[in-house]
Amino acid sequence: MSDLLSVSDLHVSYGQIEALKGVSLRVAEGEVVAILGSNGAGKTTLMRSLSGLLRAKSGSITYDNEELVGRRADLIVRKGIAQSPEGRRVFGTLTVEENLDLGAYTRPISETAGSRAEVYSTFPKLQERRSQLAGTLSGGEQQMLAIGRALMTKPRLLLLDEPSLGLAPLIVKDIFTKLRTIAETGVTILVVEQNARMALKLADRGYVLEVGRMALEDSAANLLASSQVQEAYLGKG
Amino acid sequence: MSTLFQQLVNGLTVGGIYALIALGYTMVYGILKLINFAHGDLCVLGAFIGLTVITSLGGASGSPEIWVVGLAFVAAIIAICCAGVVLEFAAYRPLRNAHRLSAVVSALGASMMIENGIMLIWSPQTLVFPQGVLPQISWHVGGVVITFTQLMIIVISLILMASLYLYVNHTRFGTAIRASAIDQDAARLMGINVNRVIVSVFILGPALGAIGGLFIGLYYRQAVFDMGWTYGLNAFIAAIIGGIGNIPGAMLGGLLLGLFNALAGGYISSTWQQAITFGLLIAILLVRPTGILGERVAEKV
Repeated sequence: MSDLLSVSDLHVSYGQIEALKGVSLRVAEGEVVAILGSNGAGKTTLMRSLSGLLRAKSGSITYDNEELVGRRADLIVRKGIAQSPEGRRVFGTLTVEENLDLGAYTRPISETAGSRAEVYSTFPKLQERRSQLAGTLSGGEQQMLAIGRALMTKPRLLLLDEPSLGLAPLIVKDIFTKLRTIAETGVTILVVEQNARMALKLADRGYVLEVGRMALEDSAANLLASSQVQEAYLGKG
Repeated sequence: MSTLFQQLVNGLTVGGIYALIALGYTMVYGILKLINFAHGDLCVLGAFIGLTVITSLGGASGSPEIWVVGLAFVAAIIAICCAGVVLEFAAYRPLRNAHRLSAVVSALGASMMIENGIMLIWSPQTLVFPQGVLPQISWHVGGVVITFTQLMIIVISLILMASLYLYVNHTRFGTAIRASAIDQDAARLMGINVNRVIVSVFILGPALGAIGGLFIGLYYRQAVFDMGWTYGLNAFIAAIIGGIGNIPGAMLGGLLLGLFNALAGGYISSTWQQAITFGLLIAILLVRPTGILGERVAEKV
């Protein structure tokens, strides 16, 4: 399998503070990869750098044999990388349908309705709420909307930044079931999570990010079984 | 009774102008959270450019044809749109990531530059629009006089407001403008080129402002280099009354302020007009600090 995305020795800083201190990872086409890490490990910084919202100081991000460092965020979306950002970031004062349609901003208008119908079939709840303002949705529904909106860009690579954040366990389970369905359609997924168990059950492979560096890399099954991961992220002492 | 209706017509005319100018303030604020203090001066620049076209093409004889007025509008709109883009590029873009206050100072500086530039190019004196620029027709409806100029201003500003509303709410790029105003990074993740959206706002706002500025000139038949201060301030207050950042709010605020001004001028005193305007602003902000339509939807986190 060839790599769809490969990151090597990525350094990103906020002023004097270096948030990523040489991160490397790779994601093959069709794979689901999880990145685990606690608060402040640099997970969101990594995701924002991949989408071009933050500019890396050094290192490289290669996607589909093209260098992405220094590319504008909106052009990266056109290359086929979508992101459901941390905290969902739905457009609260726009309707659900307007939010979804913005996801298709880079695509021909004629394809919008068809894609929207696909998203509605994955998340029927969104169809029920389609004319409601996104800000009035529950947290779980907003997360579905953020994922649906990202899918509207027709991505090859879907970046998910903490899809479980602040959600009740049952809803998290529901969302990860949907993610499984989405992965089965052939979309490559890179998911960043604090909820290690859910993420590793979904993923083929995983990385552990610790204060700006990759500490571990292994198959998801091995990581789930590893005592190091269990102690630090799965709450087993 | 006829005083009331007369003042309503007058108020609607002035209110339409305020609304057109207020839209420029509110759209820029919506996206950049910046009060573009130079906007009022851009509108005045539009009035002066229009005046120059009218006087130079209309001849000294005094009665320019209607196409000259049309051309004056086209020239003013094009020039002010360019000026708006230059303003964004030179005064605001370099400060995009700087402290908010830096951009405000830059805005004030740009305002003074444009104002003094107008004075240097044209005149420090009040310039008069030639008589008979527009058809001198007026209609008498039950004791109320409506002039051609008033009708033109009311109709065109309402059409422009309705078009802008439809554009922003029912087109893809319009939705992108609204999305960028809510969350720029999330908008980028949708593939929206936010810089292009910002430039478009610095085209749309000044285009409406140029029309508003030229309306002022044609309605009061005069233009003076520092009138951007008065009219800009009134339009800015209109934007705040309606809820700054909110497009229908600026329209509503403009019309309300115009009507209120006219009624206060007609029934109380025109010398107290400005004080009454500020009184209205304070009263509305006390009751609704976010302005009439500036209510934020409760967002669950």
